[in-house]
Amino acid sequence: MNAHASLRRAGALGRTTLVHLTLGGYCLLVLAPILLVLLNSFKTRQGIFDDPLGWPAKATLSLAGYGKVLGDAAVGHMFVNSAIVTGVSLAAILLLGAMAAWALTEYGFFGNRVLALFLAFGIMVPIRLGSVAILQEMVALNLVNTLTALMLVYIAQGLPLAVMILSEFIAQVPQELKDAARCDGVGEYRIFFQVVLPLIRPAVATVAVFTMVPIWNDLWFPLILAPSEETQTITLGVQQFVGQFATDWNAVLAALSLAVLPILVLYAVFSRQLIRGITAGAVK
Amino acid sequence: MKQKAGWHVLVFLAPALAIYTAFSAWPLLATLRLGLYGTDDVGHVTFIGLGNFHRLLFEEHWFGAFRNAMVNNIEFFAIHTLVQNPVALLLAALLSLRGVRGAAAYRTVLFLPTLLSVVIIGFTWQLILSPLWGVTEKLMTAVGLGDAFGPWLGQEDTALPTIALISVWQFVGIPLMLIYAALIAIPEEIIEAAAVEGASPWRIFWTIRLPLILPTLGLVNILTFVGNFNAFDLIYAVKGALAGPNFSTDLLGTLFYRTFFGYQSEMGSATMGAALATLMFLVILCGVGLYFFVIQRRLQRFAS
Repeated sequence: MNAHASLRRAGALGRTTLVHLTLGGYCLLVLAPILLVLLNSFKTRQGIFDDPLGWPAKATLSLAGYGKVLGDAAVGHMFVNSAIVTGVSLAAILLLGAMAAWALTEYGFFGNRVLALFLAFGIMVPIRLGSVAILQEMVALNLVNTLTALMLVYIAQGLPLAVMILSEFIAQVPQELKDAARCDGVGEYRIFFQVVLPLIRPAVATVAVFTMVPIWNDLWFPLILAPSEETQTITLGVQQFVGQFATDWNAVLAALSLAVLPILVLYAVFSRQLIRGITAGAVK
Repeated sequence: MKQKAGWHVLVFLAPALAIYTAFSAWPLLATLRLGLYGTDDVGHVTFIGLGNFHRLLFEEHWFGAFRNAMVNNIEFFAIHTLVQNPVALLLAALLSLRGVRGAAAYRTVLFLPTLLSVVIIGFTWQLILSPLWGVTEKLMTAVGLGDAFGPWLGQEDTALPTIALISVWQFVGIPLMLIYAALIAIPEEIIEAAAVEGASPWRIFWTIRLPLILPTLGLVNILTFVGNFNAFDLIYAVKGALAGPNFSTDLLGTLFYRTFFGYQSEMGSATMGAALATLMFLVILCGVGLYFFVIQRRLQRFAS
């Protein structure tokens, strides 16, 4: 009996070890490439090639790559471009998306379902397929090589998913709350902005993260709509920079590290909220 | 009961609808229409019906490129499906076990690459796999596999699978999280009842948990399908618009880019680009349609 129990405990221990070996092993596979780049970005060229796996030591420590990247005045500019495009698009998607979601879930009117379907179509069909006409449109509107062109496309791209997710949350707002407000003679605009919007804040945060990442990381639209030096985003900038300095390993590694770091920091702060959003409340 | 509509509905709805229509829905329709037009040598655009599609599908010069990109794209998607599903399923199943310490930390790390730009990931792996730097070769030699190393990204027969695996490495976090969420949403009572009946954890997984998450697996794969069939960024970052070596990593997305913008001596053509975009649209539409009307319906019936 006793022997049986200890055997089972040993079995459980073995199982736990196996679980952690698998998960830990895969985490290593995830982290190793990123760490390798970060580590080597602080080394001399000699150090990078002689001992890629070692920590930067006194003899191999060098910030030459960072000097070169940060010395390039354009980098700061690209960063600002990306921040403006992502920030404005995000704000517009959240506000306009919530407004549209509210209109579609709250009010009954002719064509309601058709409009909802029309928007839902945009979730599955990539906006990229319309690129030829988008470019022609931007040429006609004189918006080529402007940040506005990027923002308009990203807003159009982000709205369908935002409307869908926010609709689900808006539908859960208790009817009594809205009825009470209406009985008090509160107008429909105030009901939306002062009653509904505060209630769906968590959902808005989730949608924000989902929407932000693809916009920040996009290469396609900056490449075709706004490739000029003035309007380059950081993702396109890194692409061009690395292409240009392909043989300058210090600079390439430093540029990659600088591009990764902001995301690592943001993720460290927001990862809990993000993962809760993705698993939609299933994770407690 | 829905509220009656008034003018305010228009105010709520109009801005979103206007931007979406003007910069997403309309351009898509306009692109489909433009695919029916041709450009002559002096740049005049005239209606030519299905002429572009005839060229794409029957002229050897065009069809060769299209077939190559299409076959590559299917291979790209196949590798995603074959690698990503088992890996995501395994990791999600382990994460969802009760009482795994540090599950939150594992989760955080596993999802990280998904957030990084494809450009960064592409360059990072390019450096790591580079024979010039030799990091991978060194590591493989250390475990006795040194002979198996090759310049995978530079060889015609290995470049595409290598890039596909890089893409899986980056995006496996999404299926992982969706499957994980589906797994932990399964009511505990069902699992406990089966355990009381004497079913082994292995059996519980195959006969109860897996069938219940099949709809999620369906969703994951259609998302991957749509993503794969308009993929561009990774190939462009690692291999450039020419998708070398010798077009062996060319996908529909990169072919579309070259057709539209031109490359080297080849002139770009908006109308041919639009025709190719139309074909991509049809491929994606077929996949999504198949999913919604056949697979998803069956899976749901099976799950309920």
